[in-house]
Amino acid sequence: MQIPILSWLVFVPLIGMVAVMLIPKERVSAIRWTATIFSGIAMILSFWLTWEYFVNYSDTAAMAFVEGPYDWIPTLHVEYFLGCDGISVPLLALTGLLSLISIIASFGIKERVKEYFAFFLLLEVGMMGVFVALDFFLFYVFWEIMLVPMYFLIGIWGGPRKEYAAIKFFLYTLFGSIFMLVSILILYFNAEPHTLNMMTLMQTAPGMTHTLQMVCFIFFFIAFAIKVPVWPFHTWLPDAHVEAPTAVSVILAGVLLKMGTYGMLRISWPMFPDALRSLSFWIAVLGVIAIIYGALVSLAQKDMKKLVAYSSVSHMGYCMLALAAFSSTQAIAGCMFQMISHGLITGALFLLVGVLYDRAHTREIAVFGGLGSKLPIYTGLMVFFSMASLGLPGMSGFISEFMIFVGAFGALNKTLVGIAILGVVLGAAYMLRLVQNVFLGDFNLERWGGLTEINGRELVTVVPLVILTLYLGIYPKQLNMLMSATIENMINLMAR
Amino acid sequence: MNLQLPEYSLQVMSPEIFLFVWALLVITFDLITKRKSGTAVGYMTMLGLALTGAFLFQAGYGRGFGMMFFNDPMAIFFKVIFLGAAFMAVGSTFGITEKRIVNHRGEFYGLILMSTVGMMFLASSQELLSLYIGLELTTIPLYVLVSFFKDDKKSVESGIKYLIVGALSSALLIYGISFLYGLSGTTEINQMTINIAITHIQNETLGVALLMPIMLLLAGIGFKLALPPFHQWAPDVYEGAPTPIAAFLSVGSKAAGIVAFSKIMVMGLEVFHSPVMAPNDWGMMVALMAAGAMVWGNIAAIRQTNIKRMLAFSSIAQAGYIMVGMLAMNEYGQSSVGFYMFVYMFANMGAFAIVTIVEDQTGSCEISTFSGLSKSSPFFSAAMAIFMLSLAGIPPLAGFFAKYYVFAAAIAHAGQNNTTGWLYWLVGIGLLTTVFALYYYANIIKVSYFGKEASPFKLKAPLPAVIIIVIGLLGVFGFGLYPEPIIDFASNLSDYFKR
Repeated sequence: MQIPILSWLVFVPLIGMVAVMLIPKERVSAIRWTATIFSGIAMILSFWLTWEYFVNYSDTAAMAFVEGPYDWIPTLHVEYFLGCDGISVPLLALTGLLSLISIIASFGIKERVKEYFAFFLLLEVGMMGVFVALDFFLFYVFWEIMLVPMYFLIGIWGGPRKEYAAIKFFLYTLFGSIFMLVSILILYFNAEPHTLNMMTLMQTAPGMTHTLQMVCFIFFFIAFAIKVPVWPFHTWLPDAHVEAPTAVSVILAGVLLKMGTYGMLRISWPMFPDALRSLSFWIAVLGVIAIIYGALVSLAQKDMKKLVAYSSVSHMGYCMLALAAFSSTQAIAGCMFQMISHGLITGALFLLVGVLYDRAHTREIAVFGGLGSKLPIYTGLMVFFSMASLGLPGMSGFISEFMIFVGAFGALNKTLVGIAILGVVLGAAYMLRLVQNVFLGDFNLERWGGLTEINGRELVTVVPLVILTLYLGIYPKQLNMLMSATIENMINLMAR
Repeated sequence: MNLQLPEYSLQVMSPEIFLFVWALLVITFDLITKRKSGTAVGYMTMLGLALTGAFLFQAGYGRGFGMMFFNDPMAIFFKVIFLGAAFMAVGSTFGITEKRIVNHRGEFYGLILMSTVGMMFLASSQELLSLYIGLELTTIPLYVLVSFFKDDKKSVESGIKYLIVGALSSALLIYGISFLYGLSGTTEINQMTINIAITHIQNETLGVALLMPIMLLLAGIGFKLALPPFHQWAPDVYEGAPTPIAAFLSVGSKAAGIVAFSKIMVMGLEVFHSPVMAPNDWGMMVALMAAGAMVWGNIAAIRQTNIKRMLAFSSIAQAGYIMVGMLAMNEYGQSSVGFYMFVYMFANMGAFAIVTIVEDQTGSCEISTFSGLSKSSPFFSAAMAIFMLSLAGIPPLAGFFAKYYVFAAAIAHAGQNNTTGWLYWLVGIGLLTTVFALYYYANIIKVSYFGKEASPFKLKAPLPAVIIIVIGLLGVFGFGLYPEPIIDFASNLSDYFKR
């Protein structure tokens, strides 16, 4: 019998959560290490899975490591059904890596340590689950499970406006989810026999009438667009990011935002090709608005974390642009690349901003200057990731943006793509402004003389991201090979 | 006309008879121990309810006294809910009886049991008069129970309010029933359905003649269920009543109203449910009431500062969601209602049990008393958070699946019938209002978790209350992760529609 590797991947963090809850709350370091170990196991599993998939399955588009479908609630045809393919495997690896990194980055949490790590592991359960669920009900359950720990993590350990940010995030996302629920019910009742199995619905859903397809597509789009977030649904993001503790921001930017684009690619794009064709232009427009708007707003920020948060809006705009160019293999592969690369780069930027904030207790760009002479290693890392974020060749951000523009230029309105390319220039502008104002110029010795260099634990969290960013930037071929068969298949499905 | 004696069987009625005798025993026991029975009388009540549950499964299906006593799957299912609600309510009273009801424990528990007997009779009557009697037996003990703190102005006020509203709604109900009798010549629900249908066909339409009883019945049951515009009594009564009684009202009495609705409207007047039957279409009216309940209940709850009033508005909203399932006349509708009620019992009784503990020890029901509780009493605040999330319908807790099932049933019905497209709108309103609802449910979590200060109160609860909370948690988690057993149990409720 095959080992149910995906179930283990999803439920190892849950076991970890139970273990953490069983430890008395005074034993802080035992709690930290238990969380680290379980999250580490999950990461190793996800990496092993990626390798296995790469070696054995990457030349076919079929679902690998399939578990089920087993009956869960037979009356309503709900099944326990897991599987992964070329678009979920890299995201699983990303989730495993960023979760472990975030947990290590959270060692500085002093308050209510036990609850913090318990919630964090629960969050990991939800994230892993979303990427492997192949039953709509299961998918929805995992999608919603994440909201609860996120609400607590922002609300208890967040900044000054944490209550507002936490409830805004919770309500906003739930508002999106109810649209998804309606679509799921429509799909369920329109399939004969009724089913919630995504693989079956993938075959039958395109047979629905155009109107129904449009309704489902738009409803799913609202749910996913809030998560991405696509302009104009992005207003929860700056609040949540600014108030959340560092590690939570990393997860939020690195994994949660990807769920939106993953959902589009997995569900709404291949299931409703008719609707997609009618609306792709408008999706591209939304993507371009997000790119330009996010970049312009970043340019005006005074707070470093807010700057990085808005740069996420801009970078996820590239993903939307790529998704709109659904007929092009490069664009879709570029979108996947952008998801992974944005997860690594923005995750690292949030970590680094957090490092500075822990020492200086402020994130205001204007109060710093000349830190380069005092903190050389920190400055090096920050400059590295700023360059990666603005798309310097040799790093993963460049590859993804290049692929997206090549794909989109062939498939979409050329003026639109031309405007989007302006975003790259603006991206360079806000990142360079950050670097210039914080690390160059005059150093205020009186005020910042006491700042200490980045420490070993913090380096452990950032260095793996440096390596991966360079690796994907220099040798993108392997990731591309991993995804190519699945993406080919996706494009065929969308062309129906 | 030859007089025919109806067949009767005491066997099927044995749980009710047993519980009634037990209620008398409870009162007597308290008297013969000269009011010194202590907690024993409370445990005795819980034991009686548990034993009745055992009798219930031994009694099985069947009927006695014609259609006046009819144990069908629906009756059994709802009797389990009544017994469960009573059990959980009694379990959470131990703190109150120790401090405030010291000398009247016998009556207090006896009346809870009497009311439960009434609900059980109501659930198994397939005949309008015995149904009405069951409803009265349910509510009359509740009038006394609501005003049981006789030195407390609010409790007495709420008792009077409940009495007046209850009496009025009973009057409306019996008036409506008399119209139905006049139109059909029988009080047996099954026969009534046939007779009314025949009259309707013979006269082409019954027109306004049937509109009158429909309006009266909806108003009467609407009062019992606290559906807008008949809901204003609920927050005041919940606020004044002893907290476990408020809990019992919000689950047991609500389930009784649901059964009455289901028997009279859904089974009795099923055909008059679609706009085709205008002006006798009751579906649209109920839909408006349900929409009102979901919108107003959820919005008004946001503004409350007293947790009992908040839970009162929340229960008004929950009744709205249940009505959505009720309007689905298909194989899912009644089962989804049953399932919803069943898991609502766990979450709501659990939440009220915690409110009872908080009220006992702090003397206040303000939401602000919950602030910092997560630090001083982690178990109770975690349990409260879970109950709130279940009521809000967050997966994987049972409350989510209940909402999903109800909405799925309604959409299925709308898909099967071209004339009921408005159900889509109702489902839309229901889903949107769950977002409002999350705000106030999450607010309780915010108050107890997000503050920096620890609460000065360290909650200590009597053992039965802790057991009730654990049962609530098990129900909310267990039936959320694996709802199939209850769905299976509830699936018989829709037998009527599986033709």
